[in-house]
Amino acid sequence: MTTAAGASAKTIATLQDRSIQFYRQMVRIRLFEEQVNDLYTRALMPGLAHLYSGEEAIAVGVCGALHQDDYITSTHRGHGHCLAKGASPKLMFAELLGKADGYCHGKGGSMHIADPATGNLGANAIVGGSMGIATGAAFSARRLGNGRVAVCFFGEGALGQGLLYEVMNLAQLWKLPVLYVCENNLYNEYTHFSETTAGDICARPAAFGIHAETVDGQDVHAVYAAAQRLVDRARSGGGPAFLLCNTYRYTGHHVGDINREYYRTRQEEQTWKTERDPIRLLGDRLIAEGLADRGLLEGMEVEIRAEMKAAVEFAMESPYPAAGEVEKHVYA
Amino acid sequence: MPDAGMRELTFAQAIREALAEEMRRDPRVCILGEDVAEAGTPFKVLSGLVEEFGTDRVVDTPISEAGFTGVAVGAAMTGLRPVVDIMFGDFLTLTMDQMVNQAAKIHYMSGGKWKVPMVLRTTLGATRRSAAQHSQSLHAWFAHVPGLKVAIPATPYDAKGLLKTAIRDENPVIFFEDKMMHHKLKGNVPAAEFTIPLGVADVKREGTDITLVATSSMVQVALGAAVLLEGAGISAEVVDPRTLWPLDEKTLIDSAKKTSRAIVIDEGYGRYGVTAELASVISQGAFFDLDGPVVRMGAMHIPIPFSPPLEDLTVPTEKSVFETARKMCAKA
Ligand SMILES: Cc1ncc(C[n+]2csc(CCOP(=O)(O)OP(=O)(O)O)c2C)c(N)n1
Repeated sequence: MTTAAGASAKTIATLQDRSIQFYRQMVRIRLFEEQVNDLYTRALMPGLAHLYSGEEAIAVGVCGALHQDDYITSTHRGHGHCLAKGASPKLMFAELLGKADGYCHGKGGSMHIADPATGNLGANAIVGGSMGIATGAAFSARRLGNGRVAVCFFGEGALGQGLLYEVMNLAQLWKLPVLYVCENNLYNEYTHFSETTAGDICARPAAFGIHAETVDGQDVHAVYAAAQRLVDRARSGGGPAFLLCNTYRYTGHHVGDINREYYRTRQEEQTWKTERDPIRLLGDRLIAEGLADRGLLEGMEVEIRAEMKAAVEFAMESPYPAAGEVEKHVYA
Repeated sequence: MPDAGMRELTFAQAIREALAEEMRRDPRVCILGEDVAEAGTPFKVLSGLVEEFGTDRVVDTPISEAGFTGVAVGAAMTGLRPVVDIMFGDFLTLTMDQMVNQAAKIHYMSGGKWKVPMVLRTTLGATRRSAAQHSQSLHAWFAHVPGLKVAIPATPYDAKGLLKTAIRDENPVIFFEDKMMHHKLKGNVPAAEFTIPLGVADVKREGTDITLVATSSMVQVALGAAVLLEGAGISAEVVDPRTLWPLDEKTLIDSAKKTSRAIVIDEGYGRYGVTAELASVISQGAFFDLDGPVVRMGAMHIPIPFSPPLEDLTVPTEKSVFETARKMCAKA
């Protein structure tokens, strides 16, 4: 059936599916991070973790525009990117706890989740450290002609790293299929980005002739629409692009960053949480448009919370790696 | 043993042949670096390759060592086999994060999920009148890092065989070439296909009174000293480890056990350097057979000066090795 009515009914159904899918993915990230914080608070997790809460719309919107075999590189604040690209919470929690079943057999931890099956080239604990890797994956994709696209996620703090400007220059010269996604959550650790970032951010890619767009990082549909356009463009040979997403992290730089008044106000945090929450914004929109009701969304949350708790239990029960693991994988 | 298939090649020709052969047998192999294509590098090591393989595979880059090394890391992870050209070893400082924090650790951090099969070719060696920023021998830095392999060939034969193996290796390999040897050093190289495994030392000259362990540029120095020593009635054995990691400890130790004396000669800085490591390996392995402490000879611990009479003082010479060895043998 190719009537106009048929097509538009199909469009609505796709839109509804996609919106519900985005909502589900954002809630999964939020509740994953809720469990991470809980593990930390109960002293069950070694080390620290950097939570993605508040920024979910970016990972979900961008990864929504990617194929399974497209590549991403992620950051120290990477749980959201990994989940949105399709990682399993069970294997992620096991990794966070340093267990044998983790993605990296416990040898990577929170900041190094890597998963070839979902094109995840790895999270990176060097700020800006993966910009070359993402650009190199795009270099391979172009050389091998496999139609893949690479997305490089990084925080606005990474704008201070020279590597970005080296690889943006290369990417534009060679028309590589790479999308640089800058998540501006306003703070480089404990310093407001305005104290570290001169000029206009998008003027930087623009100086290389790279197409740059700015998007509301709390609006998953806006992120998705922009990412879809830029990814399609890259895939069809249009070259690299830069997507600046304005966002906010709800909690500390890491789970141990509790007292934040010296660098930002509670009021500021509260305003973002109540007025700019990506999950709430999408939920309200779904209800207003009649695509979902409160009950459906609440039911989804209950189901996802149970999934995350089960994933934590799996990780808690997973054994630590055997001592013999320590010397494995130094060389391939 | 002169063989019909032997030709005399320069060090540079041997390198070029290895690259050309590997590029013919494996379409994934590509070269990235500054002035590598039409110029064939400032050292003219790669002349002719772009004519055969095209600019898609012999890729001129901007002067962005961190950027294109990072691109090579990502490309290696996603299906290519890049060979990066870093013109002067001194510029390795610009690639350190990509090699040390990224390439060396990705396989381990990902629990064996990703690999980085890449080669980084670069140079070492003083006495080219190039002053402090174009004369260093920094190979020890990389041998220090788990996850990297380091090859340091001293002859055209070794250079060709080791480079072919390095390109086929599944790990990041740093390949150091003495820039003074590129066109000055000639040697026999079989026309037929051959490779040399990493981690196998080569006895370059047999002897009974003293072992001269020498690397790269210092192998010719040691061989020259051995001739002088022969004139003084001393039989010197010259052992070349050929790779710093993996390291063939056994051949070094066995030679020192046989001769009961050893000097280690390397053009890098001695302090905390290659000679320190090799001397320690020999001391531990051959302690009860040694007549005295293992002696180390390397670059003076100073930035390399420009003025020729000063620069010539900074590195071991045939004469200084001869004198040191003669004293050690006289004592016994
Ligand atoms: C090269 C480097 N320098 C410093 C650090 C320490 N560090 C970790 S996260 C961070 C702030 C990063 O800010 P941003 O890139 O905006 O990311 P966000 O944490 O806001 O997501 C710093 C300075 C690091 N990991 N790597």
